[in-house]
Amino acid sequence: MGLLKDRLHRWVDAQFSPEFLEKFRALPTHQNEYGYDSFGFHREEAKIAALLAQFFHRDYFRVESHGVAEVPAGRVLLIANHSGQLPYDGIAIAGAMLFDHDPPRVVRAMVEKLIPSIPFLSYLLARWGQITGTPENCIRLLHDGEAILVFPEGSRGISKPFTRRYQMTDFGLGFMRLALETKTPIVPVAVIGAEEQLPAFNMKPLARLLDLPAFPVLPIPPFLPLFPFPTKYRIYFGEPLQFEGDSDDEDEEIAEKVKVVRNRIQSMIQVGLEERKHIFW
Amino acid sequence: MVGPRHKIVITGIAGRLGRLLARRLHRDYPVVGIDRRDFPGKPRDIDHIQVDLRSKRARDVLRAGDIAALIHLGVMHDPRRSGADHHSWNVQGAQRLLDACATYGVPKVVALSSANVYGPRADNPQFLTEDAPLMAGQDFPAIRDLIELDMIASSFFWKSAAVETVILRPVHILGTVHNAPSNYLRLKRVPTLLGFDPMVQVVHELDVVEAIVCALRPGTRGIYNITGPGQVPLSTLLAELGRPTLPVFHLLAKPLLSALWRGRFTSFPVPELDHIRYVCMVDGSRATKELGFCPQRSLKETIRAVLG
Repeated sequence: MGLLKDRLHRWVDAQFSPEFLEKFRALPTHQNEYGYDSFGFHREEAKIAALLAQFFHRDYFRVESHGVAEVPAGRVLLIANHSGQLPYDGIAIAGAMLFDHDPPRVVRAMVEKLIPSIPFLSYLLARWGQITGTPENCIRLLHDGEAILVFPEGSRGISKPFTRRYQMTDFGLGFMRLALETKTPIVPVAVIGAEEQLPAFNMKPLARLLDLPAFPVLPIPPFLPLFPFPTKYRIYFGEPLQFEGDSDDEDEEIAEKVKVVRNRIQSMIQVGLEERKHIFW
Repeated sequence: MVGPRHKIVITGIAGRLGRLLARRLHRDYPVVGIDRRDFPGKPRDIDHIQVDLRSKRARDVLRAGDIAALIHLGVMHDPRRSGADHHSWNVQGAQRLLDACATYGVPKVVALSSANVYGPRADNPQFLTEDAPLMAGQDFPAIRDLIELDMIASSFFWKSAAVETVILRPVHILGTVHNAPSNYLRLKRVPTLLGFDPMVQVVHELDVVEAIVCALRPGTRGIYNITGPGQVPLSTLLAELGRPTLPVFHLLAKPLLSALWRGRFTSFPVPELDHIRYVCMVDGSRATKELGFCPQRSLKETIRAVLG
């Protein structure tokens, strides 16, 4: 068992460029004597996720990232549009921060609270640096100087039907309260290409029946693996925005600030769409 | 530290933790123990009063005066005993002791609760602070009396301002103690849940003794989470002990354990499964800052302590 694991790790190491490996090993983390940080992140085990991210980033979606160098060091909130039925956009953003940012940065995404009750995902995502999406966790990691990825649209955004592509749904307000409380810069991120990876129809009657914003149905025969189309991803990192104010303000006050971020992302999406010549390359 | 020559009363002194605490304190203070169990190998200068802590004689100990502090470790946690027994012992018993402390002017009370009162849950934040709600009873009704005990002590803190009340909520205590986590780690083949490997926090029994000693310092009061040297995945803990594991599919684990429990083949009630499935970790920074408590044992030492 140990031998197998050893060989796997050696094979994984061989897939990365030596420069990347060296930088990855030099990443500052708060690890204990067993190699885990307090959220269960383990650098060696996270390499498997990095390999997966490298495949999607370099080979599959051929991610083109713009402005990633401008992402400030230290604590930062990456706020992005969410789309494409399955969260490959999260993997692509994490890949961009890992492979296009110098030094590489491990993005910690706030995952659905359901995840800890799903076998294997429950601990694998934790080993790879992903954390259960509670405000307390986010504040703790921001104080540790981490980069946190938030999709304020949540499941509303990712489950949009194809007809509403690149139209963002409502943003949650939580991220802004966290940014204000911890005085964290917000980097707006626009992802182009994820909307076309898994075009879905909206089953309106079902959505109404279940009281959901949309009930996406994929035109793919059942039991086939849900693999996305190899669209080309373009990720635009905007200039960091710094907001001031009381994190305990009324919802209306917070919503005003959130709107600034949302509009910024929407205009970055527009620019990205205009620059794009083709969906697949 | 409280002044010398004043007595320190320890309930549950004959338990493993009680004995360790008594040995730590008896050279500096006169120690009086209340426990109906035997105290084998008791140091001679410890006064062991072998009575039920609910009895009038236990109350008389507090009435005698000249007491610097009451350390309440006498908690019953035997999942096989009835709920009524637990309630009478843990809730009514504690209430009577606390009332007596207020009546007879005991200046300090230290109550040992547990970080388990927060409860392991899928949507727990990674680190719970002392202000987090005590949710353990939601899925584990049998430990409601322990939550109630914690709450009685918290309300006593507010009601009797003259008494310095300290409530300690340590994470899983490992060592020679006979508690669920230590017993679990001592199993010959340790069942785990397939696909679950939560981060867990452990603390050495002697570090808990030190935390209690820290809590005795005059002026300290409040609720404190007590954490050990860090947190590791459950699998790392088991690997460190070299224990073979037996991963069980989580949907089968519940009915299986329930059958074993009914057949009296195990001492672990079904809701304990959540502890090897979800996180229940706490933030111990308040104890570090205000109590000056800092665990002395390394993670490795703490984990290996269950081997005795």
